[in-house]
Amino acid sequence: MIATPEATNPFFVNLDQIFVFLSNWLVGFLPAVLRPVAGVVLGVVAIVCVFPGLFALTTVFERKGLGRIQNRIGPNRVGPYGLFQPVADGIKSLTKEDIVPLRANAVVHFLAPLVLVVTVFMGFAVLPMGRNMVLVDMDAGLLFFFAMGAATELSVFMAGWSSRNKYSLLGAMRAVAQMISYEVVLLLSSVAVVMITGSLSLPKIVAAQNQYTGVFPHWYIFTPWGLAGFLMYAIAATAETNRSPFDLPEGESELVAGYHTEYSGFKFALFFLGEYLAMFSISGLGTTLFLGGWSAPFSFLVWVPSWFWFFGKVMLSIFVFIWMRGTLPRLRQDQLMNFAWKFVLPFTLLNLLVTALWRFMGEGWARWMVCTVILVAAYVVMGRVEMRSEHFGRRSYRYAE
Amino acid sequence: MNAVFYILAALTLAGGLATVLLKQLVHCALAVTVAFAGLALLFLQLDAQFAGFAQILVYIGAVAILIVFAILLTRGSELPKDGVFSKTWFLGLVIAAAVFAVLGWAVLASVSAVPQQNAVPSVTVRDIGIALVGRYVLPLEIVALLLTAATIGAVIVAMHEKERPR
Amino acid sequence: MLGDGILKGMAETARNFFGSFVSDERLTTVEYPEQRIPTVEAARVFPFLVYDGANWEAGMRCVACQICEKECPPKCIYIEKSADKKPDFVGKQQFYPTRFDIDVSVCMSCQICVEVCPFEAIKMDTQFELATEDRFGGLLYDRKELSRSNEYYHSIHPTEAGEVDARLAEEKAKVEARAKAAAEAAAAKAAAAANPTQLAGGGS
Repeated sequence: MIATPEATNPFFVNLDQIFVFLSNWLVGFLPAVLRPVAGVVLGVVAIVCVFPGLFALTTVFERKGLGRIQNRIGPNRVGPYGLFQPVADGIKSLTKEDIVPLRANAVVHFLAPLVLVVTVFMGFAVLPMGRNMVLVDMDAGLLFFFAMGAATELSVFMAGWSSRNKYSLLGAMRAVAQMISYEVVLLLSSVAVVMITGSLSLPKIVAAQNQYTGVFPHWYIFTPWGLAGFLMYAIAATAETNRSPFDLPEGESELVAGYHTEYSGFKFALFFLGEYLAMFSISGLGTTLFLGGWSAPFSFLVWVPSWFWFFGKVMLSIFVFIWMRGTLPRLRQDQLMNFAWKFVLPFTLLNLLVTALWRFMGEGWARWMVCTVILVAAYVVMGRVEMRSEHFGRRSYRYAE
Repeated sequence: MNAVFYILAALTLAGGLATVLLKQLVHCALAVTVAFAGLALLFLQLDAQFAGFAQILVYIGAVAILIVFAILLTRGSELPKDGVFSKTWFLGLVIAAAVFAVLGWAVLASVSAVPQQNAVPSVTVRDIGIALVGRYVLPLEIVALLLTAATIGAVIVAMHEKERPR
Repeated sequence: MLGDGILKGMAETARNFFGSFVSDERLTTVEYPEQRIPTVEAARVFPFLVYDGANWEAGMRCVACQICEKECPPKCIYIEKSADKKPDFVGKQQFYPTRFDIDVSVCMSCQICVEVCPFEAIKMDTQFELATEDRFGGLLYDRKELSRSNEYYHSIHPTEAGEVDARLAEEKAKVEARAKAAAEAAAAKAAAAANPTQLAGGGS
């Protein structure tokens, strides 16, 4: 694995492990009894600081990027190039009045954003963000991640129901229905990786991908089943985080703002934060499962710190999220559901079979051929058939034409 | 260790009691979620990671949502006018007591109720997986078949629903 | 094939994204307080009152006929007619408004007042930066705040103001010619009265 002289250079090794050393050094000041707890607390603090910081940066870059996509300039008033815009937004949301509707269910209304943010934060605990940089190395890390993801659905429902607003409730129902539908796909596309790796532990999944043939890594996206799985995962992740083109739950043209219509001030900011954090965590999981986690894209780049690669890949996925948001129009509800249950889910199930085939065919070019042919043929045929059906493809208007 | 257990037990029991005692149906659904979460944490406290996470994933992620959907799709979240307590509450009480007695008897009579001194066996996810597709493969397949049948049944019900208005 | 439309769209947005950094023509944004585009001549915001000469009170064209007040659809004009009279641009004695208020928070910029005014006294302004902290008194303009010189009118609507000036000059010339004719007639009459025989001779 370590191929280049830079990789063995103590400076780069230290740089790679700088956060681990820093944590150990800080914890070293405490008595030995407290050290394990303090280490975990330090990790939590780091996560709670880093990801909201990234969130702040992402909001401004998203707005600027969307602006550029639409040939606009984007925010450029607060600070140099508008970089302090999130600070202004934060102050604004902190100083805004916190409105709770008169007939709202105050306790549930209050709890919903908290449950959302807490469960989303929990997901980061099992993501390996660099070599030796995982907060809790769980045997069933992947399962933990999905368990936490499932719990966020409940918070969405809580928010929608407790607001006593028909738009909120409709948005919440849509969001929950959408999240359930796509969660199946999310799970099944991840199962393919588990089948190959034979482990639910995320650090082990990264370790399995951190090998090189020549200069090229063994990332799962570079296999036929991995590419198909990654595509399905990306679709499901977009739907799971309610991002465009799957942002029906907050379709402002029909639902005002969906389940967080009745939230204002800091509670709204929490929802916003939770949404972006979910995007980060789901990108982080996708990176870990298919894009080799913190491993370098070429064997001669191993000397670059592992955490750089992880965050680089996550931010790249975020960029693709923004790019898609700037490009694709919103789906209709029936299109959304038909797409999930009639195309994505069958294809993911087929991908599971192909993955099993890949696993048991043994090394060699034969499995590449067979798996690629099956997947491409299935994609083309299913695409043709589905696009022809009236529920899925082009809509024919009875009166407008 | 014990303190954690008592806190979790109290949480689970409080969730369960709230489920029974609260009037608003959606509140009950949320309270039962708390009970589920407490149960999952109890599993985790017993070092049963897989069971704990599966509990959260299945019960909070699916069952609770299902309950909530069922409530919202079948009735309004308003309180019924004639109270929420059934007229046959006494019968219910008797049945509940009987079920509780049977369960208690089963738990107390089982071997594992006796405190064991030997070390806790470490069950990894891998072991569970091997057991599922090895020793218990027949029950697993039967469950899978049953679920497939249920899914097909649900689809058929939904299809009939759709054709009627034409 | 399924998905090629998405790729096409993504390519298009990527082209926009990078193109906006390369070519300035793509960016149509005008960063308003610093950058401005000149207002077009036909732009209109709220009405103002035109006056001739240097003194707004003396030169005010408005004669308080109150047609605009009656025609205004949202009824945002309030006029009080004077008791005395002052000479207008041709020297004729006219009433003038002692009060002329426009509530621009009510005005809907329809320009009907301008259309109906027979005296070319009320015109539309192009000034749009009217924000004020006082949303009641601050947006109720009295006749002093409404007065703008004819030169200002020329500066914002040159073509229209030129036509108006030509029309007024023509009218003034007509009036003056009539006055001159009347004066000549009167002079001739007076002369005839003084010397009737000469009139007969001169008249032949």
